[in-house]
Amino acid sequence: MSEPKQRTGGQILCDAMRTEGTGAIFGMPGGASLPFYDALYHYADLAHYSMRHEQGAGYAADGYARALNRVGICTATSGPGATNLVTSMASAMMDSVPVIFVTGQVATPFIGSDAFQETDITGVSIPVTKQNYLVKNVEELPQIVAEAFYLARSGRPGPVHIDVPKDVLTDTTDIPTPTDVKIHGYRPAGLGHKRMIQRAAEAINAAEKPVILAGHGIAISEAFDELKELVEKASIPVITTLHGVGNFPESHDLSFGMLGMHGMYYANIAVHECDLIIALGMRFDDRVTGRVKDFAPNANIVHIDIDPAEIEKVVPTAVPIVGDVKLTLGALNPQIESGDRAAWLSRLNSLKADHPSHAIRESEALLPQRVVRNIYEATKGEAKIIGDVGQNQMWAAQHFLYDKPLSFFSAGGLGGMGYSLPAAIGVQIAKPDDTVWSITGDGGLQINIQELAALAEYNLPVKIAVLNNGHLGMIRQWQNRFYEGRLKASVLQNPNFAAVAEAYGVRGISAGSNEDARKAIDEAMAHDGPVLIDFAVDPNEDVFPMVEPGASLAETVEV
Amino acid sequence: MAAIEYSTLVALVQDHPGVLTKAAMLFRRRGYNIASLNVGHSEVPGISRMTIVVEGRGPHIKQCEKQLYKLVEVVKVLDLTEEARVDKEVALIRVSAHSAERAEVVGIARAFDAEIVDVARDSLIVEITASPYTIDRFLEVAGDFGILELTRTGVVSMSRGGNGAK
Ligand SMILES: Cc1ncc(C[n+]2csc(CCOP(=O)(O)OP(=O)(O)O)c2C)c(N)n1
Ligand SMILES: [Mg+2]
Repeated sequence: MSEPKQRTGGQILCDAMRTEGTGAIFGMPGGASLPFYDALYHYADLAHYSMRHEQGAGYAADGYARALNRVGICTATSGPGATNLVTSMASAMMDSVPVIFVTGQVATPFIGSDAFQETDITGVSIPVTKQNYLVKNVEELPQIVAEAFYLARSGRPGPVHIDVPKDVLTDTTDIPTPTDVKIHGYRPAGLGHKRMIQRAAEAINAAEKPVILAGHGIAISEAFDELKELVEKASIPVITTLHGVGNFPESHDLSFGMLGMHGMYYANIAVHECDLIIALGMRFDDRVTGRVKDFAPNANIVHIDIDPAEIEKVVPTAVPIVGDVKLTLGALNPQIESGDRAAWLSRLNSLKADHPSHAIRESEALLPQRVVRNIYEATKGEAKIIGDVGQNQMWAAQHFLYDKPLSFFSAGGLGGMGYSLPAAIGVQIAKPDDTVWSITGDGGLQINIQELAALAEYNLPVKIAVLNNGHLGMIRQWQNRFYEGRLKASVLQNPNFAAVAEAYGVRGISAGSNEDARKAIDEAMAHDGPVLIDFAVDPNEDVFPMVEPGASLAETVEV
Repeated sequence: MAAIEYSTLVALVQDHPGVLTKAAMLFRRRGYNIASLNVGHSEVPGISRMTIVVEGRGPHIKQCEKQLYKLVEVVKVLDLTEEARVDKEVALIRVSAHSAERAEVVGIARAFDAEIVDVARDSLIVEITASPYTIDRFLEVAGDFGILELTRTGVVSMSRGGNGAK
């Protein structure tokens, strides 16, 4: 290390952003964060992307973080800038995404005085962040930034919020930023317990009808190879959660798709009939389990997760293992006996043949599922897909065959509409050479449509597919099914999205037929820049299969 | 009326601003009633000790314990509910006591090993350090004279025997 150097708070932040090597910052400046931006002015290697709403900045950092499996960074000013971040904080928290949220705050002498643009934002962010800090003086900032990055990415990752008063941003200190952080009492799990791993192996070796439920944890710990080894060695069918989509190649013979409320019929029934669940980096969300009381009634559960609080939170667990899923599978796999499980697999394959939930019927009208499948075909599956929320999200998850890890992203936990466009911007910046498609709804697009401006400004070649059904489709589906068709507030009067896109400087195309749709996708792929395609899809199409609220997976309906 | 059951959790936490809020929010969010919550220094500098008495027993308390652990500042959580332990609480009680009744109130206080810490013309302040149960009983008896003011610290708890929470 060289001589201790005097640094301002702003420089301390920028240095940390630089050494953490993430390279991109998403944000919008304001009065309280001006000194940070003035410091950033001198860091030419740190790219700042100006988003048009702080929620968009938060989601962009989330997409960026997921695509690289690294820490994303986003910044906002005090008061309204900070409160605008809250939804994206909550989303990153629910989905275990490592994002550092830096907010400006009024200068320390004004804190608590109801000063202009003062909000007790650390009070607000407590339940929606993994950790938060209000920095009281510049001397504590180096330790805080080091802790923040460490906490965001270690253990179960999550958002960390640092609220920095304006005077702290300009005050100076020569305290260096620690490179090694230890936090008393914070011990992220590593390898699971040896004895438990042995018990898991015994349970797996003895099981006749096992299934693997692969979740987001596989992606976070990058356990793709270990998962594949386990699956192929023991011939265990793999079913994924929404966030697990792509963690195991869906075209593999042992892949049986996604489970849950809109999971594949055969996946849900497999879980209902299995005698052992091997749950890897997933948390038995209510959208996954259906009626918990009748979830997998014949199965014992082996649960490997890094967060002890997820173990036994929802379902009783025969073999609980707190650990990193990659390390733990590494220790488990050698103890697994190979087997072909022919009877069980043939049962599942015939279920799949009889109930092909992934199939799309032929239709004169343009079906939203067909649009997703067309995008799959046009990209040959080589694309990053960012779903929004609602029916479009489910179709995007169901009808693109995901063979690559980190190819499907969705705000599954919080389910915030408006995620797709800004997150796709983050993904495209993280992966400049990849083909990135935002698949969104006509409702969700409008929640962060202002980010078309960022898309145009940075000329990112993101392609946006609006599955325009003229409705808050998922709401309409529920009103039709559970409220006797009383469509209240779910019919949308939309603008001409292609014209709106053009006004922002994004190529806009409208497509209303099967033929138009294919052409539009080809045209979009050929265009070297951002494109929005407004697909006028069948407004009456609903998402199936479905596990109705309160039903069990065994009661999955197909129409 | 069935007696309410309680669980007693002890959390050792880093002495940082906001920890108390975070712990309290965690219980509120899950709808658990905190019967009492006490925070003070522990034997380790920089580490505070919280004793949290929550209504209810059962698996959800285990979930509380795990959620407490998720707070970065929480170093250790002990569930003392089923442990042999010492529970103590301090109460200051202003009891109405005119001269005619004063001797009687003092006698009752003595029977409870309580101290009279202030004497005024019409009232006394009684200080009692005891288990919550004993304090409840004292309040019942003293109630006959009239309780003018009451403050209780909430329980602090420690398991019996052994080497402590390390
Ligand atoms: C921010 C936000 N507000 C409200 C909702 C509730 N919600 C869930 S799905 C949905 C409809 C989405 O409509 P659209 O974006 O058109 O998608 P579709 O279901 O039609 O594909 C709504 C309103 C939500 N998830 N997020
Ligand atoms: Mg819609």
